[in-house]
Amino acid sequence: MKNMRGFMHAVCAVILVAALAAVPGCGKKTELILATTTSTQDSGLLDVLLPEFQKKTGIMVKTIAVGSGQAMAMGERGEADVLLVHSPDAEKKFMEGGFGSSYKLVMHNDFIMVGPADDPAKLKGEKSSIEAFKKLAASGAMFMSRGDKSGTHSKELKLWKDAKIDPEKQKWYQSTSLGMGDTLKVASEKKAYTLADRGTYLALKKNLGLEILVEGDEALKNIYHVISINAGKFPKVNKDGAEKFVDFIVSKEVQETIGKFGVDKYGSPLFFPDALKK
Amino acid sequence: MDLILEGVQKAFALIVSLDSEVMEVVLLTLQISGSATFISLFLGMSTGTVIALNDFRGKRFVVSIINTGMGLPPVVVGLFVAILLWRSGPLGFLGILYTPVAMVIAQAIIATPIIAGITLAAMQNLPDKLRLQILALGATRAQMVRLLMKEARLPLLAAVMAGFGGVVSEIGASIMVGGNIKGYTRVLTTATVGETGRGNFDTAIALGIILLVLAFIINYFLTSVQQRERN
Repeated sequence: MKNMRGFMHAVCAVILVAALAAVPGCGKKTELILATTTSTQDSGLLDVLLPEFQKKTGIMVKTIAVGSGQAMAMGERGEADVLLVHSPDAEKKFMEGGFGSSYKLVMHNDFIMVGPADDPAKLKGEKSSIEAFKKLAASGAMFMSRGDKSGTHSKELKLWKDAKIDPEKQKWYQSTSLGMGDTLKVASEKKAYTLADRGTYLALKKNLGLEILVEGDEALKNIYHVISINAGKFPKVNKDGAEKFVDFIVSKEVQETIGKFGVDKYGSPLFFPDALKK
Repeated sequence: MDLILEGVQKAFALIVSLDSEVMEVVLLTLQISGSATFISLFLGMSTGTVIALNDFRGKRFVVSIINTGMGLPPVVVGLFVAILLWRSGPLGFLGILYTPVAMVIAQAIIATPIIAGITLAAMQNLPDKLRLQILALGATRAQMVRLLMKEARLPLLAAVMAGFGGVVSEIGASIMVGGNIKGYTRVLTTATVGETGRGNFDTAIALGIILLVLAFIINYFLTSVQQRERN
Protein backbone atom coordinates (compact mmCIF):
# COMPACT_ATOMS: atom_id res chain seq x y z
CA MET A 1 0.00 0.00 0.00
CA LYS A 2 2.97 2.29 0.54
CA ASN A 3 3.24 3.04 -3.15
CA MET A 4 -0.38 3.88 -3.55
CA ARG A 5 -0.13 6.36 -0.69
CA GLY A 6 2.92 7.96 -2.21
CA PHE A 7 1.05 8.30 -5.43
CA MET A 8 -1.97 9.91 -3.77
CA HIS A 9 0.35 12.35 -1.96
CA ALA A 10 1.85 13.35 -5.26
CA VAL A 11 -1.57 13.85 -6.84
CA CYS A 12 -2.66 16.01 -3.89
CA ALA A 13 0.55 18.03 -4.16
CA VAL A 14 -0.06 18.71 -7.84
CA ILE A 15 -3.64 19.80 -7.24
CA LEU A 16 -2.52 22.01 -4.36
CA VAL A 17 0.17 23.67 -6.46
CA ALA A 18 -2.32 24.29 -9.26
CA ALA A 19 -4.78 25.78 -6.77
CA LEU A 20 -2.16 28.03 -5.19
CA ALA A 21 -1.02 29.21 -8.57
CA ALA A 22 -4.61 30.14 -9.33
CA VAL A 23 -5.16 32.22 -6.19
CA PRO A 24 -3.11 35.30 -7.12
CA GLY A 25 -5.24 35.59 -10.24
CA CYS A 26 -8.36 36.28 -8.19
CA GLY A 27 -9.81 39.71 -8.86
CA LYS A 28 -6.48 41.40 -9.43
CA LYS A 29 -6.70 45.15 -9.77
CA THR A 30 -3.27 45.42 -11.32
CA GLU A 31 -4.33 43.75 -14.54
CA LEU A 32 -6.27 45.09 -17.44
CA ILE A 33 -7.70 43.16 -20.38
CA LEU A 34 -7.51 45.19 -23.58
CA ALA A 35 -9.45 43.72 -26.48
CA THR A 36 -8.35 45.33 -29.69
CA THR A 37 -8.12 44.95 -33.42
CA THR A 38 -5.21 43.11 -35.00
CA SER A 39 -3.93 46.26 -36.72
CA THR A 40 -2.85 48.02 -33.50
CA GLN A 41 -1.00 44.88 -32.43
CA ASP A 42 0.48 43.83 -35.78
CA SER A 43 1.71 47.33 -36.58
CA GLY A 44 3.72 47.29 -33.34
CA LEU A 45 2.05 50.41 -31.92
CA LEU A 46 0.98 48.68 -28.71
CA ASP A 47 4.50 47.41 -28.11
CA VAL A 48 5.52 51.07 -27.82
CA LEU A 49 2.55 52.32 -25.78
CA LEU A 50 1.89 49.53 -23.28
CA PRO A 51 5.28 49.41 -21.53
CA GLU A 52 4.90 53.17 -21.05
CA PHE A 53 1.46 52.64 -19.44
CA GLN A 54 2.74 49.91 -17.17
CA LYS A 55 5.64 52.09 -16.05
CA LYS A 56 3.27 54.93 -15.22
CA THR A 57 0.47 53.05 -13.47
CA GLY A 58 1.92 49.66 -12.53
CA ILE A 59 -0.97 48.01 -14.35
CA MET A 60 -0.16 45.08 -16.60
CA VAL A 61 -2.15 45.15 -19.81
CA LYS A 62 -3.20 41.83 -21.31
CA THR A 63 -3.76 42.47 -24.98
CA ILE A 64 -6.16 40.19 -26.77
CA ALA A 65 -5.81 41.00 -30.46
CA VAL A 66 -8.92 39.98 -32.37
CA GLY A 67 -11.19 41.65 -34.92
CA SER A 68 -13.21 44.68 -33.79
CA GLY A 69 -16.38 42.57 -33.94
CA GLN A 70 -15.01 39.96 -31.56
CA ALA A 71 -13.50 42.64 -29.32
CA MET A 72 -16.95 44.21 -28.92
CA ALA A 73 -18.52 40.80 -28.36
CA MET A 74 -16.06 40.34 -25.49
CA GLY A 75 -17.03 43.77 -24.19
CA GLU A 76 -20.72 42.89 -24.33
CA ARG A 77 -20.05 39.99 -21.97
CA GLY A 78 -17.78 41.97 -19.68
CA GLU A 79 -14.82 39.76 -20.63
CA ALA A 80 -12.64 42.76 -21.37
CA ASP A 81 -12.01 46.00 -19.45
CA VAL A 82 -11.21 48.34 -22.28
CA LEU A 83 -11.50 48.25 -26.09
CA LEU A 84 -9.51 49.92 -28.84
CA VAL A 85 -11.57 49.40 -31.98
CA HIS A 86 -12.31 50.84 -35.43
CA SER A 87 -15.86 50.03 -36.40
CA PRO A 88 -17.88 53.25 -35.79
CA ASP A 89 -21.34 51.90 -36.71
CA ALA A 90 -20.99 48.86 -34.48
CA GLU A 91 -19.49 51.08 -31.75
CA LYS A 92 -22.57 53.27 -31.84
CA LYS A 93 -24.82 50.28 -31.23
CA PHE A 94 -22.46 49.10 -28.52
CA MET A 95 -22.73 52.44 -26.68
CA GLU A 96 -26.51 52.57 -27.14
CA GLY A 97 -26.70 49.11 -25.57
CA GLY A 98 -25.12 50.59 -22.44
CA PHE A 99 -22.07 48.32 -22.55
CA GLY A 100 -19.54 51.13 -22.59
CA SER A 101 -18.86 53.96 -20.18
CA SER A 102 -16.16 56.30 -21.59
CA TYR A 103 -16.01 56.60 -25.38
CA LYS A 104 -13.27 58.70 -26.93
CA LEU A 105 -11.77 59.36 -30.34
CA VAL A 106 -8.12 58.29 -30.45
CA MET A 107 -6.70 58.37 -33.95
CA HIS A 108 -7.28 57.56 -37.59
CA ASN A 109 -5.52 56.20 -40.59
CA ASP A 110 -7.06 55.03 -43.82
CA PHE A 111 -8.15 52.02 -45.76
CA ILE A 112 -6.77 51.34 -49.20
CA MET A 113 -7.84 49.09 -52.03
CA VAL A 114 -5.04 46.83 -53.12
CA GLY A 115 -4.79 44.36 -55.95
CA PRO A 116 -2.44 42.67 -58.42
CA ALA A 117 -0.09 44.93 -60.39
CA ASP A 118 -1.65 44.01 -63.77
CA ASP A 119 -4.97 45.32 -62.39
CA PRO A 120 -7.50 43.37 -64.53
CA ALA A 121 -10.43 45.46 -63.22
CA LYS A 122 -8.63 48.73 -64.14
CA LEU A 123 -9.09 50.36 -60.74
CA LYS A 124 -5.86 52.35 -60.73
CA GLY A 125 -6.49 56.05 -60.60
CA GLU A 126 -10.13 55.68 -59.53
CA LYS A 127 -10.86 58.39 -56.95
CA SER A 128 -14.13 57.11 -55.56
CA SER A 129 -14.09 53.88 -53.60
CA ILE A 130 -17.74 53.22 -54.43
CA GLU A 131 -17.08 53.54 -58.17
CA ALA A 132 -14.12 51.22 -57.74
CA PHE A 133 -16.32 48.61 -56.07
CA LYS A 134 -18.83 48.89 -58.93
CA LYS A 135 -16.07 48.44 -61.52
CA LEU A 136 -14.73 45.48 -59.60
CA ALA A 137 -18.10 43.74 -59.53
CA ALA A 138 -18.64 44.41 -63.25
CA SER A 139 -15.23 43.00 -64.16
CA GLY A 140 -15.71 39.82 -62.16
CA ALA A 141 -12.12 39.98 -60.81
CA MET A 142 -11.65 38.08 -57.58
CA PHE A 143 -12.14 39.93 -54.29
CA MET A 144 -10.91 38.57 -50.98
CA SER A 145 -13.05 39.58 -48.01
CA ARG A 146 -11.99 39.36 -44.36
CA GLY A 147 -15.41 37.91 -43.54
CA ASP A 148 -14.70 38.08 -39.79
CA LYS A 149 -16.87 40.99 -38.61
CA SER A 150 -13.74 43.05 -38.05
CA GLY A 151 -13.69 46.81 -38.53
CA THR A 152 -12.22 46.34 -41.99
CA HIS A 153 -14.92 43.83 -42.89
CA SER A 154 -17.76 46.10 -41.77
CA LYS A 155 -16.21 48.98 -43.71
CA GLU A 156 -16.09 46.75 -46.78
CA LEU A 157 -19.72 45.69 -46.34
CA LYS A 158 -20.74 49.32 -46.04
CA LEU A 159 -18.98 50.17 -49.29
CA TRP A 160 -20.74 47.30 -51.10
CA LYS A 161 -24.03 48.52 -49.70
CA ASP A 162 -23.35 52.09 -50.85
CA ALA A 163 -22.45 50.72 -54.29
CA LYS A 164 -25.77 48.84 -54.25
CA ILE A 165 -24.12 45.50 -54.87
CA ASP A 166 -24.76 42.27 -53.00
CA PRO A 167 -21.44 40.41 -53.26
CA GLU A 168 -22.46 37.38 -51.18
CA LYS A 169 -22.63 34.14 -53.17
CA GLN A 170 -20.96 35.77 -56.18
CA LYS A 171 -18.34 33.54 -57.75
CA TRP A 172 -15.67 36.26 -57.63
CA TYR A 173 -16.27 37.00 -53.91
CA GLN A 174 -14.36 34.92 -51.38
CA SER A 175 -14.07 35.14 -47.63
CA THR A 176 -11.03 34.17 -45.54
CA SER A 177 -12.27 34.65 -41.93
CA LEU A 178 -8.64 35.51 -41.12
CA GLY A 179 -6.82 38.57 -39.83
CA MET A 180 -5.64 41.42 -42.06
CA GLY A 181 -2.11 40.11 -42.57
CA ASP A 182 -3.28 36.64 -43.54
CA THR A 183 -5.98 37.97 -45.84
CA LEU A 184 -3.41 40.12 -47.65
CA LYS A 185 -1.22 37.08 -48.12
CA VAL A 186 -4.12 35.04 -49.52
CA ALA A 187 -5.09 37.90 -51.86
CA SER A 188 -1.48 38.18 -53.02
CA GLU A 189 -1.21 34.45 -53.75
CA LYS A 190 -4.54 34.36 -55.57
CA LYS A 191 -4.00 37.66 -57.43
CA ALA A 192 -7.17 39.03 -55.88
CA TYR A 193 -8.25 42.49 -54.76
CA THR A 194 -8.91 43.33 -51.12
CA LEU A 195 -9.58 46.21 -48.75
CA ALA A 196 -6.84 46.73 -46.17
CA ASP A 197 -5.77 49.20 -43.54
CA ARG A 198 -2.69 51.07 -44.66
CA GLY A 199 -0.63 50.18 -41.59
CA THR A 200 -0.86 46.42 -42.01
CA TYR A 201 -0.27 46.72 -45.76
CA LEU A 202 2.87 48.83 -45.26
CA ALA A 203 4.18 46.41 -42.65
CA LEU A 204 3.79 43.42 -44.99
CA LYS A 205 4.40 45.12 -48.33
CA LYS A 206 7.81 43.62 -49.03
CA ASN A 207 6.39 40.10 -49.15
CA LEU A 208 3.24 40.89 -51.09
CA GLY A 209 2.58 41.11 -54.81
CA LEU A 210 -0.10 43.74 -54.26
CA GLU A 211 -0.22 47.43 -55.13
CA ILE A 212 -2.25 50.32 -53.81
CA LEU A 213 -4.90 51.08 -56.44
CA VAL A 214 -7.45 53.30 -54.72
CA GLU A 215 -6.66 55.67 -51.84
CA GLY A 216 -7.47 59.07 -50.39
CA ASP A 217 -11.27 58.85 -50.60
CA GLU A 218 -13.04 60.34 -47.55
CA ALA A 219 -15.16 57.17 -47.39
CA LEU A 220 -11.97 55.18 -46.73
CA LYS A 221 -11.15 56.91 -43.46
CA ASN A 222 -10.44 54.44 -40.65
CA ILE A 223 -11.27 55.81 -37.22
CA TYR A 224 -10.18 54.32 -33.90
CA HIS A 225 -12.01 54.83 -30.62
CA VAL A 226 -11.22 53.73 -27.09
CA ILE A 227 -14.10 52.41 -24.96
CA SER A 228 -14.05 51.56 -21.26
CA ILE A 229 -16.53 48.86 -20.32
CA ASN A 230 -19.46 49.81 -18.12
CA ALA A 231 -18.58 48.54 -14.64
CA GLY A 232 -22.17 49.12 -13.51
CA LYS A 233 -23.21 46.30 -15.78
CA PHE A 234 -20.25 44.00 -15.12
CA PRO A 235 -18.90 44.25 -11.54
CA LYS A 236 -15.77 42.25 -12.39
CA VAL A 237 -14.52 44.93 -14.76
CA ASN A 238 -11.41 46.80 -13.64
CA LYS A 239 -13.08 50.22 -13.82
CA ASP A 240 -10.25 52.22 -12.33
CA GLY A 241 -7.66 50.68 -14.65
CA ALA A 242 -9.88 51.08 -17.71
CA GLU A 243 -10.41 54.80 -17.03
CA LYS A 244 -6.69 55.24 -16.48
CA PHE A 245 -6.06 53.62 -19.85
CA VAL A 246 -8.57 55.90 -21.59
CA ASP A 247 -6.96 58.99 -20.03
CA PHE A 248 -3.53 57.67 -20.94
CA ILE A 249 -4.19 57.05 -24.61
CA VAL A 250 -5.80 60.46 -25.21
CA SER A 251 -3.13 62.34 -23.23
CA LYS A 252 -0.97 64.87 -25.05
CA GLU A 253 2.22 62.89 -24.60
CA VAL A 254 0.82 59.61 -25.95
CA GLN A 255 -0.93 61.34 -28.82
CA GLU A 256 2.44 62.78 -29.84
CA THR A 257 4.00 59.31 -29.68
CA ILE A 258 1.23 57.94 -31.90
CA GLY A 259 1.83 60.69 -34.46
CA LYS A 260 5.52 59.85 -34.66
CA PHE A 261 5.10 56.08 -34.71
CA GLY A 262 6.30 54.39 -37.90
CA VAL A 263 7.99 57.46 -39.38
CA ASP A 264 11.48 56.01 -38.98
CA LYS A 265 10.51 52.69 -40.59
CA TYR A 266 8.03 53.64 -43.32
CA GLY A 267 8.77 57.31 -43.93
CA SER A 268 5.29 58.35 -42.87
CA PRO A 269 3.20 57.84 -39.74
CA LEU A 270 0.89 54.80 -39.59
CA PHE A 271 -1.70 56.55 -37.42
CA PHE A 272 -2.78 60.19 -37.09
CA PRO A 273 -3.67 61.32 -33.54
CA ASP A 274 -7.13 62.88 -33.21
CA ALA A 275 -7.91 63.01 -29.51
CA LEU A 276 -6.74 66.59 -28.98
CA LYS A 277 -8.45 68.01 -32.05
CA LYS A 278 -11.64 69.85 -31.38
CA MET B 1 14.20 30.00 -51.02
CA ASP B 2 15.92 33.20 -49.89
CA LEU B 3 13.33 33.56 -47.18
CA ILE B 4 14.04 30.10 -45.75
CA LEU B 5 17.80 30.75 -45.78
CA GLU B 6 17.26 34.09 -44.08
CA GLY B 7 15.08 32.32 -41.51
CA VAL B 8 17.76 29.73 -40.79
CA GLN B 9 20.39 32.44 -40.45
CA LYS B 10 18.16 34.44 -38.15
CA ALA B 11 17.41 31.36 -36.03
CA PHE B 12 21.13 30.74 -35.67
CA ALA B 13 21.76 34.38 -34.77
CA LEU B 14 18.93 34.43 -32.22
CA ILE B 15 20.13 31.23 -30.54
CA VAL B 16 23.81 32.15 -30.49
CA SER B 17 23.18 35.66 -29.15
CA LEU B 18 20.78 34.24 -26.50
CA ASP B 19 18.27 36.91 -27.52
CA SER B 20 16.42 37.81 -24.31
CA GLU B 21 12.97 37.95 -25.89
CA VAL B 22 13.41 34.55 -27.54
CA MET B 23 14.85 33.01 -24.36
CA GLU B 24 11.83 34.27 -22.44
CA VAL B 25 9.50 32.60 -24.95
CA VAL B 26 11.49 29.34 -24.86
CA LEU B 27 11.48 29.30 -21.06
CA LEU B 28 7.74 29.92 -20.87
CA THR B 29 7.13 27.18 -23.43
CA LEU B 30 9.11 24.70 -21.36
CA GLN B 31 7.46 25.75 -18.09
CA ILE B 32 3.91 25.62 -19.41
CA SER B 33 4.14 22.49 -21.56
CA GLY B 34 6.38 20.81 -18.97
CA SER B 35 3.89 21.37 -16.13
CA ALA B 36 1.01 20.26 -18.33
CA THR B 37 2.84 17.05 -19.27
CA PHE B 38 3.74 16.44 -15.62
CA ILE B 39 0.12 16.74 -14.49
CA SER B 40 -1.07 14.58 -17.40
CA LEU B 41 1.48 11.99 -16.44
CA PHE B 42 -0.22 11.42 -13.08
CA LEU B 43 -3.75 11.61 -14.42
CA GLY B 44 -3.11 9.70 -17.65
CA MET B 45 -0.95 6.91 -16.25
CA SER B 46 -3.27 6.20 -13.33
CA THR B 47 -6.38 6.21 -15.53
CA GLY B 48 -4.71 4.03 -18.16
CA THR B 49 -3.44 1.55 -15.56
CA VAL B 50 -6.74 1.28 -13.70
CA ILE B 51 -8.65 0.61 -16.92
CA ALA B 52 -6.06 -1.86 -18.24
CA LEU B 53 -5.97 -3.96 -15.08
CA ASN B 54 -9.69 -4.13 -14.36
CA ASP B 55 -12.46 -5.82 -16.22
CA PHE B 56 -15.80 -4.10 -15.98
CA ARG B 57 -18.95 -3.60 -18.00
CA GLY B 58 -18.66 -0.92 -20.64
CA LYS B 59 -14.86 -1.18 -20.72
CA ARG B 60 -14.87 -1.18 -24.51
CA PHE B 61 -16.88 2.05 -24.45
CA VAL B 62 -14.48 3.75 -22.01
CA VAL B 63 -11.45 2.64 -24.05
CA SER B 64 -13.08 4.02 -27.19
CA ILE B 65 -13.60 7.35 -25.47
CA ILE B 66 -9.94 7.48 -24.43
CA ASN B 67 -8.80 6.55 -27.92
CA THR B 68 -10.97 9.32 -29.36
CA GLY B 69 -9.53 11.68 -26.75
CA MET B 70 -6.04 10.95 -28.07
CA GLY B 71 -7.04 12.94 -31.11
CA LEU B 72 -8.89 15.66 -29.22
CA PRO B 73 -8.75 18.84 -31.35
CA PRO B 74 -6.82 21.41 -29.24
CA VAL B 75 -8.94 24.27 -30.52
CA VAL B 76 -12.11 22.59 -29.19
CA VAL B 77 -10.45 22.10 -25.80
CA GLY B 78 -9.40 25.75 -25.91
CA LEU B 79 -12.93 26.89 -26.66
CA PHE B 80 -14.48 24.93 -23.78
CA VAL B 81 -11.79 25.87 -21.27
CA ALA B 82 -12.13 29.53 -22.31
CA ILE B 83 -15.92 29.48 -21.90
CA LEU B 84 -15.57 27.86 -18.46
CA LEU B 85 -12.99 30.43 -17.38
CA TRP B 86 -14.75 33.52 -18.71
CA ARG B 87 -15.63 36.07 -16.04
CA SER B 88 -19.26 35.22 -16.79
CA GLY B 89 -18.51 31.47 -16.89
CA PRO B 90 -18.89 28.92 -14.08
CA LEU B 91 -15.21 29.13 -13.10
CA GLY B 92 -14.93 32.85 -13.75
CA PHE B 93 -14.40 33.59 -10.05
CA LEU B 94 -10.90 32.10 -10.34
CA GLY B 95 -9.88 34.92 -12.67
CA ILE B 96 -7.30 32.79 -14.47
CA LEU B 97 -8.22 33.28 -18.13
CA TYR B 98 -5.28 34.66 -20.14
CA THR B 99 -2.76 33.33 -17.62
CA PRO B 100 -0.16 30.56 -17.88
CA VAL B 101 -2.30 28.52 -15.42
CA ALA B 102 -5.17 28.45 -17.91
CA MET B 103 -2.75 27.24 -20.59
CA VAL B 104 -1.45 24.46 -18.33
CA ILE B 105 -5.04 23.33 -17.66
CA ALA B 106 -5.95 23.28 -21.36
CA GLN B 107 -2.74 21.51 -22.36
CA ALA B 108 -3.14 18.96 -19.56
CA ILE B 109 -6.62 18.15 -20.89
CA ILE B 110 -5.08 17.58 -24.32
CA ALA B 111 -2.18 15.44 -23.08
CA THR B 112 -4.02 13.29 -20.50
CA PRO B 113 -5.93 11.08 -22.99
CA ILE B 114 -2.77 10.65 -25.08
CA ILE B 115 -0.82 9.41 -22.08
CA ALA B 116 -3.78 7.37 -20.79
CA GLY B 117 -4.26 5.71 -24.18
CA ILE B 118 -0.62 4.72 -24.61
CA THR B 119 -0.41 3.53 -20.98
CA LEU B 120 -3.52 1.45 -21.51
CA ALA B 121 -2.11 -0.17 -24.63
CA ALA B 122 1.26 -0.77 -22.96
CA MET B 123 -0.25 -2.44 -19.91
CA GLN B 124 -2.58 -4.58 -21.98
CA ASN B 125 0.33 -5.73 -24.11
CA LEU B 126 2.08 -7.28 -21.12
CA PRO B 127 1.59 -11.05 -21.06
CA ASP B 128 -1.34 -12.10 -18.86
CA LYS B 129 0.75 -14.79 -17.26
CA LEU B 130 3.13 -12.19 -15.85
CA ARG B 131 0.33 -10.77 -13.77
CA LEU B 132 -0.69 -14.20 -12.49
CA GLN B 133 2.91 -15.03 -11.73
CA ILE B 134 3.45 -11.86 -9.72
CA LEU B 135 0.29 -12.48 -7.74
CA ALA B 136 1.21 -16.14 -7.25
CA LEU B 137 4.48 -15.05 -5.67
CA GLY B 138 2.44 -13.33 -3.02
CA ALA B 139 2.66 -9.71 -4.13
CA THR B 140 0.04 -7.23 -2.98
CA ARG B 141 -2.00 -5.43 -5.61
CA ALA B 142 0.05 -2.24 -5.23
CA GLN B 143 3.28 -4.21 -5.62
CA MET B 144 1.88 -5.85 -8.72
CA VAL B 145 0.99 -2.49 -10.27
CA ARG B 146 4.46 -1.21 -9.57
CA LEU B 147 6.09 -4.25 -11.14
CA LEU B 148 3.87 -4.08 -14.20
CA MET B 149 4.63 -0.38 -14.67
CA LYS B 150 8.32 -1.16 -14.40
CA GLU B 151 7.88 -3.86 -17.00
CA ALA B 152 6.05 -1.43 -19.32
CA ARG B 153 8.46 1.48 -18.75
CA LEU B 154 9.65 1.68 -22.34
CA PRO B 155 6.22 2.31 -23.88
CA LEU B 156 5.45 4.60 -20.92
CA LEU B 157 8.40 6.78 -21.88
CA ALA B 158 6.93 6.89 -25.35
CA ALA B 159 3.71 8.13 -23.72
CA VAL B 160 5.61 11.00 -22.09
CA MET B 161 7.16 11.95 -25.43
CA ALA B 162 3.84 11.80 -27.24
CA GLY B 163 2.14 13.88 -24.52
CA PHE B 164 4.83 16.55 -24.46
CA GLY B 165 5.09 16.57 -28.24
CA GLY B 166 1.35 17.03 -28.46
CA VAL B 167 1.16 20.06 -26.19
CA VAL B 168 4.39 21.83 -27.11
CA SER B 169 3.37 21.96 -30.77
CA GLU B 170 -0.24 22.88 -30.08
CA ILE B 171 -1.55 26.35 -30.90
CA GLY B 172 -5.36 26.48 -30.90
CA ALA B 173 -5.92 26.09 -27.18
CA SER B 174 -2.86 28.11 -26.14
CA ILE B 175 -3.87 31.19 -28.09
CA MET B 176 -7.51 30.98 -26.95
CA VAL B 177 -6.92 30.64 -23.21
CA GLY B 178 -3.50 32.32 -23.08
CA GLY B 179 -4.03 35.19 -25.48
CA ASN B 180 -0.41 35.39 -26.72
CA ILE B 181 0.57 38.08 -24.19
CA LYS B 182 4.20 39.10 -24.49
CA GLY B 183 6.43 37.79 -21.71
CA TYR B 184 3.49 36.15 -19.95
CA THR B 185 1.62 33.68 -22.14
CA ARG B 186 3.58 33.94 -25.37
CA VAL B 187 5.01 30.53 -26.24
CA LEU B 188 6.89 29.33 -29.33
CA THR B 189 3.81 28.37 -31.35
CA THR B 190 1.78 31.50 -30.59
CA ALA B 191 4.83 33.72 -31.13
CA THR B 192 5.32 32.10 -34.54
CA VAL B 193 1.75 32.97 -35.53
CA GLY B 194 2.17 36.49 -34.14
CA GLU B 195 5.37 37.14 -36.10
CA THR B 196 3.76 35.79 -39.27
CA GLY B 197 0.88 38.23 -38.78
CA ARG B 198 3.39 41.06 -38.56
CA GLY B 199 5.11 40.00 -41.74
CA ASN B 200 8.32 39.09 -39.88
CA PHE B 201 8.62 35.82 -41.75
CA ASP B 202 12.31 35.37 -40.97
CA THR B 203 11.68 35.60 -37.22
CA ALA B 204 8.68 33.28 -37.60
CA ILE B 205 10.83 30.70 -39.39
CA ALA B 206 13.51 31.13 -36.73
CA LEU B 207 11.00 30.47 -33.94
CA GLY B 208 9.73 27.42 -35.82
CA ILE B 209 13.26 26.06 -36.08
CA ILE B 210 13.90 26.69 -32.38
CA LEU B 211 10.70 24.77 -31.57
CA LEU B 212 11.85 21.83 -33.68
CA VAL B 213 15.30 21.83 -32.12
CA LEU B 214 13.79 21.97 -28.63
CA ALA B 215 11.43 19.06 -29.35
CA PHE B 216 14.36 17.12 -30.81
CA ILE B 217 16.60 17.65 -27.78
CA ILE B 218 13.91 16.50 -25.35
CA ASN B 219 12.96 13.50 -27.44
CA TYR B 220 16.59 12.60 -27.96
CA PHE B 221 17.13 12.62 -24.21
CA LEU B 222 14.04 10.48 -23.53
CA THR B 223 14.85 8.13 -26.39
CA SER B 224 18.38 7.55 -25.15
CA VAL B 225 17.00 6.72 -21.70
CA GLN B 226 14.56 4.34 -23.36
CA GLN B 227 17.10 2.65 -25.58
CA ARG B 228 19.69 2.35 -22.83
CA GLU B 229 17.11 0.53 -20.75
CA ARG B 230 16.52 -1.87 -23.57
CA ASN B 231 20.11 -2.91 -23.97
